[in-house]
Amino acid sequence: MITAGIDVGSKTVKVVILQDGKILARSLVLTGFEQGKAAEEAFALALKQAGLSAKDIQKVVATGAGRTSVSFATESVSDVAADARGAVFINPNARTVIDVGAEEGRGISTDTRGKVIDFAVNERCAAGAGTFTEAMSRAIEVKLEDMGELSLKSTQEIPLNAQCAVFAESEVVSLVHAKTSKEDIARAIHDGISNRIAAMARRVGVQNDIVLIGGVARNKGFVASLKRQLEADIKIPDEPEYVGALGAAVIAAS
Amino acid sequence: MTTQVEYWRWTESRYTNPEVDWRKASTITAGIDVGSVSSKAAVMADNEILAYGLMRTGSNSPDSALNAINRAIEGTGLTMKDIKFIVGTGYGRINIPFAGKAITEIACHARGANYIWGPVVRTILDMGGQDCKAIHCDEKGKVTAFLMNDKCAAGTGRGMEVFADLLQVPITQVGEMSLQVDKEPPPVSSTCVVFAKSEGIGLLRQGWSKNMVLAAYCSAMAHRVVTLLERIGMEKEFVLTGGISKNIGVVSRLEKELGIQAVPLPKDQKFDPQLAGAIGGALFARDLLAKSRKAF
Amino acid sequence: MLSRLGRFFVLSTSYIANYGYADGSGEYYVSIDSEKCNACGECIPACPMHIFQVEEDDYGDMAAVVKESHRKSLKYVCAPCKPTSGVRNLPCQKACKPGAIVHSW
Ligand code: SF4
Ligand code: SF4
Repeated sequence: MITAGIDVGSKTVKVVILQDGKILARSLVLTGFEQGKAAEEAFALALKQAGLSAKDIQKVVATGAGRTSVSFATESVSDVAADARGAVFINPNARTVIDVGAEEGRGISTDTRGKVIDFAVNERCAAGAGTFTEAMSRAIEVKLEDMGELSLKSTQEIPLNAQCAVFAESEVVSLVHAKTSKEDIARAIHDGISNRIAAMARRVGVQNDIVLIGGVARNKGFVASLKRQLEADIKIPDEPEYVGALGAAVIAAS
Repeated sequence: MTTQVEYWRWTESRYTNPEVDWRKASTITAGIDVGSVSSKAAVMADNEILAYGLMRTGSNSPDSALNAINRAIEGTGLTMKDIKFIVGTGYGRINIPFAGKAITEIACHARGANYIWGPVVRTILDMGGQDCKAIHCDEKGKVTAFLMNDKCAAGTGRGMEVFADLLQVPITQVGEMSLQVDKEPPPVSSTCVVFAKSEGIGLLRQGWSKNMVLAAYCSAMAHRVVTLLERIGMEKEFVLTGGISKNIGVVSRLEKELGIQAVPLPKDQKFDPQLAGAIGGALFARDLLAKSRKAF
Repeated sequence: MLSRLGRFFVLSTSYIANYGYADGSGEYYVSIDSEKCNACGECIPACPMHIFQVEEDDYGDMAAVVKESHRKSLKYVCAPCKPTSGVRNLPCQKACKPGAIVHSW
């Protein structure tokens, strides 16, 4: 059976095509302002990669904030359901799934079959998601991709008092003016956001294995901060941003 | 990239009340309000405001406080020694060495608003550049409920600045422009300033005019503030202070949503409402002095 | 609340102090009713995050307050006490005999 999962996030659309438990293709495109169009584009891209056409796909399941905009989906499932399923598919020992995307952070506790037991969400406040790091990287004029490496070189722990993305921007700018090193500022930024994400994860009860997914999982600086906060090891899949789409494809196959 | 910009333009100033002769007064007290942007000092001779000074806040609170009080007494013939008791307020209040007591800006603001607008005032909404305060008080200006939101930029001048920046519109024109629309658009749906900004960009792409986008944001901000007021219990007589109170686009929509009008500034009132906290501080100082004198 | 001031009993003001904030994700206030609060200080050791302290208020009465340093992050600070599932028996509320503490979320 061949299925597809489409995760329409606020920033990117991800597609995974799955055949009998094996990933055939995956694609990622920017969401832009038209979610429906971006979803079609990403789907077409994945099909091309797999050398398939739309009619070869038996079932398409959509997930993500923009899941209702996928006109060709057979079904749609919530983000948390897809996340849990995808994480357990990759790592059967996953019990706590932490998903940090551009606009939302989620903490999910799951059972052995990838069914959601409980979850908590940070949403509608940019201070609790990837957007925060992105806005701060702009403020200190460092490329987002470089933020992680930079913060690992920090020699000093400094606090970031603002709990709001807008106010934090002014705060980091004044830190730069005060000649605080960008390494230390980058670490403070990651400490700030991971503190908020860890608090949310604690609400669902943190248990091993902890699996971190979503685009922000690629940020090594954030991961280091989160590990310190949770005082635990964190497992990160190879392609962390595709886990939601993968979960949707797995759900489609079952 | 914006750095810290002040929400409304204002100039440093001072004032002496020509009708008051401090030499005849039995007590002279002062309130100093050290805020993040401006520092204010009000000097009181018995029951009357004698003078005030309004200055930019410098790099530290003690100097800012001293600047403000020196500016206030400039030319009055008063010296610091003549001031018998000083109350410090505002975010820098604990760092004013010559203040006899520190009192929160909430209590001082309520007390000052009661003095400026009179005892009818029950609800005070102070929308500043970086925070928003909602205060409920009794006829004496004593606080009965309050909240202060300085965590989130939504509902503060900073949020409005982000939109003014986005649309490249001078902040002082935002209100007027937002009223020049044929039809009132639905409010921007995100509370978060960061997400509201992306929403604004999306609206512009859809062909909305700047005025329409501003209208949508002003009405979102008005709505936001109404929810803050609801928490402390809204009563009919309410007054507005702070930067956004000068934004007609937010104020008119706020009044419409509440179904009532803000109490206007009394006609004979010569004091800038920005002084409310400092005036409240001076009034507290007067009471504290009277109490300590009674104790002897 | 009745407080002793010199030889006199005066009826002091009472107010509801809302410490915390509202942001895009919701409203997070810890409210303290000064009329009910008798400044006993039981909440101080009860709270595992140590968010309370007792101090003199603006009108000269003693009352519990939420420390300034925690006011902008209550959603996160209080998170461990508020599991998404299970009974909510907040330690601060349990410790407060007069019931002066209310959480908005
Ligand atoms: S404006 Fe700041 S605090 Fe408010 S919702 Fe957005 S990021 Fe959060
Ligand atoms: S909920 Fe817990 S952390 Fe929050 S105030 Fe109460 S005792 Fe403290």
